This record gives sequence, C-alpha cells and structure tokens, in this order.
Amino acid sequence: MKNNRIVREILNTSASTTVFAVLASFIVGGVLIAVANQDVQTAVGYFFNRPGDTFAALWNAVSGAYAAMFRGAIYNYNAHDFANGISPITDTLAFATPITLAGLGLAVAFRSGLFNIGANGQIIFGAMLSGWVAIYVQAPVYVLFPLAVLAGLVGGAIWGGLVGLLKATTGANEVIVTIMFNYIAVYLLGYLLKTPVLKAPQSINPVSLPVQNDAKFPLLFGSDYRLHAGFFVMLAAVAFVWWLLNRSTIGYQFRALGHNPDASKVAGINIGMTYILVMAISGALSGLAGASQILGTERVLTTGVAASYGIDAITVALLGRSKPLGVLAAGILFGALRAGAVTMQANQNVPSEIVLVVQSLIVLFIAAPPLVRAMFRLPKVVKA
Amino acid sequence: MRQSRKASITMLALAVFSFVLWAMAPATATTIKVATDSDIIKLPDFNVSPMLVSAISAIVMLGVALFVGWLAVKKNRKAPRWAIVLFGLAFVVQALVLLFSGKTMTISDLLRGSLVLAVPLIFGSMAGVLSERVGVVNIAIEGQLLAGAFTSALIASITHSLWLGLVGALIAGAAVSWILAVFSIKYVVDQIIVGVVLNVLVIGLTSFFFSTVMQANQSVFNSPPRFDSIAIPLLSQIPVLGPMLFTQTAIVYLMYVALAAVYFFMFKTRWGLRVRAVGEYPLAADTVGIKVYRTRYISVVIGGALAGLGGAAFTLGSVGAFGDKMTNGAGYIALAALIFGRWNPILAALAGLLFGFAQNLQYVLTAVGSPVPSELLLMLPYALTVVAVAGLVGKVTGPASAGKPYIKS
Repeated sequence: MKNNRIVREILNTSASTTVFAVLASFIVGGVLIAVANQDVQTAVGYFFNRPGDTFAALWNAVSGAYAAMFRGAIYNYNAHDFANGISPITDTLAFATPITLAGLGLAVAFRSGLFNIGANGQIIFGAMLSGWVAIYVQAPVYVLFPLAVLAGLVGGAIWGGLVGLLKATTGANEVIVTIMFNYIAVYLLGYLLKTPVLKAPQSINPVSLPVQNDAKFPLLFGSDYRLHAGFFVMLAAVAFVWWLLNRSTIGYQFRALGHNPDASKVAGINIGMTYILVMAISGALSGLAGASQILGTERVLTTGVAASYGIDAITVALLGRSKPLGVLAAGILFGALRAGAVTMQANQNVPSEIVLVVQSLIVLFIAAPPLVRAMFRLPKVVKA
Repeated sequence: MRQSRKASITMLALAVFSFVLWAMAPATATTIKVATDSDIIKLPDFNVSPMLVSAISAIVMLGVALFVGWLAVKKNRKAPRWAIVLFGLAFVVQALVLLFSGKTMTISDLLRGSLVLAVPLIFGSMAGVLSERVGVVNIAIEGQLLAGAFTSALIASITHSLWLGLVGALIAGAAVSWILAVFSIKYVVDQIIVGVVLNVLVIGLTSFFFSTVMQANQSVFNSPPRFDSIAIPLLSQIPVLGPMLFTQTAIVYLMYVALAAVYFFMFKTRWGLRVRAVGEYPLAADTVGIKVYRTRYISVVIGGALAGLGGAAFTLGSVGAFGDKMTNGAGYIALAALIFGRWNPILAALAGLLFGFAQNLQYVLTAVGSPVPSELLLMLPYALTVVAVAGLVGKVTGPASAGKPYIKS
C-alpha cells in the first residue's frame, strides 16, 4: 500500500523539523504580506533615495499583520480589561473544535492506510442530519440534544462508511471516491436548502430555520464568547481516538491494516469489514465536527456550513502526524490561525487567505524534511 | 467476468428507472430546433412527444441491458462498447426530451456552450494523462488550472498581449506541476498529499493576490483583453456541428492541436512508449536505459503547462478578468474525465465533453425556465465518476505504478 510509507514518514518526522517548517511557512507568509502591501510598494518606488522607508514599511506591514494575528488568536493586549483580553483565546478554541474533530477522523483513516480526503463531505452530512433533527424534531431537551449530536455522528458515519463499502466491495480507490463525494455532498446540501426539506419556509435564500434552543451546545462563558460545550466533546474525542488506536483490539487491526494489508489478511482480519469500520468511524468524527458547527457556532444551516474545515482537517491530521495529541495541538494551532486571520483581515487589510498559504506550506515543508534541513542548514537527523 | 454482470445489473436498474420516467412523462411536446442562422441547408424545427421518445428509449435500454446480461451469463463475455454507447445515448435522449417538455431545445445552444465549458476540462485531463501515464498521480490539476487562469489574466492585463498571457499561463501551470514533480520524485512525498496541498496553496496564493493586488487596481492588473471567436471558412458552415467546433477562440483550436499531439506522442512515438513504460514498470524501464526521473519530470511539467493553458480558457478565452477561486472544482472534474476516459487522451476528452455538456445543460435549462434543480446536474460528473471507479461500467485500471515513487538503487 502506497499510503503506508507516507504515514510512516510523517510519524517519524522529528520535532525540530516541525518547528522549522512552521517557522519557514510564517516567513514566506510574511514575504507575501510585505509584497502585497501598498505602503511597501510605494516605498520601493524610491528605494534608492531613501532605503530606510522601505525597511520601515516592510517592518510595519509584517509586524502589524502578525501582531493583529496574535491579538485575534491569543490575547488582545489592547483590550480594556482582562475579560475582553482573553476573548481571542476562546475564539481560537472555538475554531479548533471542528478542525480537530475532523482532523481526528482523518487521522484514524490515515493510520489505517486509507487516504480519506472526504472530511468536507462528511462534515456536511453530519451538519445536515444534525441540523435537521435540531430544527424539526420536537422532544424534551434531554432527548433532543443527544439525538441531534448523534445524528451528526451518524450522518458522517454513513457518508464515510459508504466509501468504505465501495472500497470493500468493488475496490474503488478511496481518494477519488472521497473527492467526488465531497462535491456530491456540497450539491446535495445546496439542493436540499432550496427544497422544503431544509429551507426556512419564509426565506428566499437557501437558508434553514435556526436550530431550537434546546438542541444547541451551551455556551461556556456566556453570550460574549463563542466557545461552546462542543469543545469538551472534542476533548473526549481525542481521548477516544487515543484509546481506539493505542489500546483497543479494533484499533490494533486498523493499524495492522495500515502497515500491511496482506499480512493482516493472513492474520485473519476481515479486510472489507475493517475498511467499512475505519471509514465509518473516520466519517463519524467529521460528522461530529459538522454537529459542532451547526449546534455550536453557526446555528443555521447554509451552504457554507463546512467552511474550509475539510481542507484544514487534512493539514491538521498530517501536521499532527495522525496521532491524537498531535492532532489536538495542530488543531489548536490552526484554530489560532483562523481566529487570528479574522482580526488580521479586519485591522490590517491582510486577506485571510494567507492562512491557506501558511497551512499548505507547513505541510509541504514537513513532508519533505530534507528541504527544511537545507533551508536552515540543519544537520541530518540520525535515527536510533 | 463479474464486471460484466455488474454492468448488466446497473443497466437493468437504469432501464427500470427509464420505464418509471416513461410512466411519468408529460403529454406536452418538445420542440427541437436544429438549424442555426449560419447554416447553408436549413433543417426545419420539429416536435416530438416525450411519451413516445420515453417509450422507445426505455425499450431500447431494457433490450441492451438484457443482451449484455445474456452475454455475461451465457457467453461469459464483456459488454461491447457499442452497447454501452447505445444505452447511454438512449438515456440522454430520453432525459433531454423530458427536461425540455413544453419548451424549445436549441441543439446549437446545447452543443456550443458544452465545448466552451469542456475546454479547461479537456486541457486538465491531458495534464492528467501526461502525468499519470508516467507514474505521477496528479490531483493538482485544479491548482494548475487556477494558476494558469490567474497568471494569464495578470500578464495579459499588464502587457496587453493575449499571447504573452498564454505564455504566462503555460509557465504558471508548468511551475505548479514542477513543484508536484520535485516533491513526489525528489523528496518522495506521497503524490496525493502533494497534490491536495498544492491545490490549497494555489487557492491561497491566487485569492490573496486577487484581494490585495488585483482588486486594488483592477484597470492595471485585472482587465485583460479577450480572444475573439474565429470562424474557420467552410468547416464552420457544417450544419449543427460546424458552429460548435469551428467558430471558437484560438484557445479551442490550440486544444485540438494539443489533443492530437498528445495522442500522437503518447501512442505513436518512441517517446510515448517510454513514458508509458515508466508509468507501468519503472524498474524495467530503468533497466533498459530509460532515464526514469528525467522522463517523469518532463512529462509532468509538460502536462502542467497544458493545464495552465486550460486555465487561460477561464479568463482570456471566456470572461477576461480573473475571479476568486474561479475554477471552482474544474480540476477535479478533469480528474474525473481522466478516469472516465481510462487514461486515454481522446476518451478523456470525450468524457470532458460529456461533463461540459452536463454543466451547460444546467445553464440552458435555467434559461428556458425548467424546474429541474441545477444542483442535480452539477452533481452528475462526480456521481458518474463514482460509478466508474466502482467498476459498475467495466473495469477502470490506471497505469500500474501511478502513485508509487521510484527509488533508484
């Protein structure tokens, strides 16, 4: 299996490579911010008369952007009081919740040698099913809320499990199928949001009704902060995936499949069933991310419910080396990038897309340790 | 021969669906308009009954399905290609006549727009052919298209030259595929990961510079000229097909040339044989003295350059200005066309045309006010691809060593 190799490579990447890869990506991001900055462009025009201006403009552009990112992601030192100051870090955790959940889902698949890039579709399916329950089912809160969360889980599990089923029965390549399933899910959601199944009766736009109050994830620090109880679900999921992969029999079979499908078949593992199970669990975690979106932050279903979390999840799973705690750390980092990008865009006019550039560069650099070593003139890592 | 049984069962299911459509067919006639203004010989418009067409289609489909099933069970033979084509054709005709019931279906509108939408898909699928046939999986077609679209618009705006814009698109596409090549050949990174990440990178870069540089100064950086349609004498006057194929922009004609060239080189030259050898069995190719790495680099980069041209079709060949994330998944549809066309440039181009047709159909239907939801038509290429890779319409096998890095020992 071609995917095993890469997973092993990622698992074996040294910590210093990771740190330097992140650093290099931020440097490249800084260069882009500087190049696109109007003041820098103006100052470069008369560089030879007053070179100092150029360097000042460069410094202002880059430090301004990254300072805004820090204020948006970690602590706003310009805020009037401490309560407002720490608001950004709760934003970061709120963003990190769906990203980490979906990233965990992909990590389970990657460790099992399945390259699931269908997080986007699985998030959408989870959000659709969870949203439908949360909007329309009439039940007391202690039934409705768990049911809505469960619906998200099931929605993702179905959409993911279907891929596993196709792979198990027909041998269809999961990469292609998940890519296609992403688009099918996007258009299905778009379609259902135009029909009475999901569309709000009075609305002209493809928007659903808001979810019922009883179905929402409770906000942890009141209505001024976005962080909701889905955060704890995410932490529980980290623990679950750790247990699944490191302590359970199924997880052992998953990893065996990831290392060597032929050997696991000989060892008596039902490969087809395992494919389905891996993809269902993987999808269920992404589905939970969808539930956390609809029940925690979005509260209405729109076509943009999955945002770019499907892509973020891939990079998070790779950066976190497909290990639960690594994924958690990477998820919080990317949550911080997302939260910071909002402030950066609002304050400094730096488009939030710079985050995509930084993210993808991090993964590229991590995937190719020799490149990072060459860039920073690091010695070759000798593995024991 | 499990494959052909599966195909026959799929066909049976579709035939049953066709009968259901027949039962639900409306009584209002569909008007079909074949002639265009430029035709020498004008064919008259004619009306058809959706009921009648549905009946014929459903019976033809059932017949073909049973025939294929009989071949599979009794003769142990695969479904012949003509049977699949006939089956598909019957289904498409029925669907069209039903969709346009009570309305006028203008054939030239349907076809011409299809080709325009298919051009980037076909360029993209050629990039896929060149890359995957040599053993490098190319998920980054989307990124190559987008880079080509962005760069061509930018360069053509600054220089006011369409042709320099095209050169820019070539270079941008080639640059993206060069990164793909370096990471997958030199650094032996998983090709799928590089592809996915490259797409994200290009989306990020183009969106970033679109919102900063381009939007700050639209007139300088994002107002490129556009290619005009050129009617080729005589050929463009062929009824129905003439305007579709031969009243098009230079990019479309470039696509014909590129398609012919890729097919010729891939299957009729020594170079093509080497490319395919490297993609199937690099060790054997290396043993007989073919430079595996160099062949891979060259083929992947040329493919990327072609995809870059396809990107220019979005801007210079169509609307002119670049729009944020304007390729909108076309690269993945091109990938789908590649798989659907079984890694053959001509078949992939036909698949691209089919997908372009589905996209265009959605526009035409919206224009005539059909109630069919556009999302379902937009979904079609992706759903068909899932059907294809699941082996429901015959086995789809890519180049044997695509996705596997080759490490020279």
